[in-house]
Amino acid sequence: MIQLLFFGITQDIVKQHKIDLKIEKSILVSELKSMLFKQYPALKKFSTFAVAVNEKYATEDTLINDNDVVAIIPPVSGG
Amino acid sequence: MVNKLGMNTSIDIKLTSDKLNLQECYDFVQDPACGGIAIFVGTVRNHTHQKEVLKLDFSTYKPMAVKEMQLIAERALQHFPIKKIAIHHAEGMLEIGDVPVIIAVSSAHRKSAFEACQFAIDTLKETVPIWKKEFFEDGEVWVNPHP
Repeated sequence: MIQLLFFGITQDIVKQHKIDLKIEKSILVSELKSMLFKQYPALKKFSTFAVAVNEKYATEDTLINDNDVVAIIPPVSGG
Repeated sequence: MVNKLGMNTSIDIKLTSDKLNLQECYDFVQDPACGGIAIFVGTVRNHTHQKEVLKLDFSTYKPMAVKEMQLIAERALQHFPIKKIAIHHAEGMLEIGDVPVIIAVSSAHRKSAFEACQFAIDTLKETVPIWKKEFFEDGEVWVNPHP
């Protein structure tokens, strides 16, 4: 099971802050993105969002393992 | 400088729903070896694209935001000859004139204090997972930094 966290506008799109997702094996960030786009087509508009794995920015080929916490990070606007 | 707990004593990071305290940031970076202190204070503006803003709500991915703020401070200390740096950011609902962010930097000479301060606020706006939502008379919108 991995924990998916959504923030900002992506939280409004999926209408949830947190989703638990069962994965059979470790997956790449790029694979997770494809899954999300299939389930939430509206997310495609925000293909610029970043992904963090265990509170660190990840790249497309970062491996997501069981029990990881994965955050979907739309363009930030702090400051 | 690193203390017994492995904490860098040159860095002060805070992400809080309390009102930010300018004096606290100043007092932290103040140092007898320093010739100057640069302070950036962000404030909530009352308009965006000619539209009146009533208030702003800052939401955060708190544990990661704190880590990213710490990283910025560490990089500033590596890249610029500065003495101390404080980065404080607010979360929750803020009104016009409120202060969402304060960055204070002290150094022996002013140039590096200015440069490190600018580096810190520019990087914060790009990397720290904090999002603001603007509230208008007729609705609300997530702020898109690159519309």
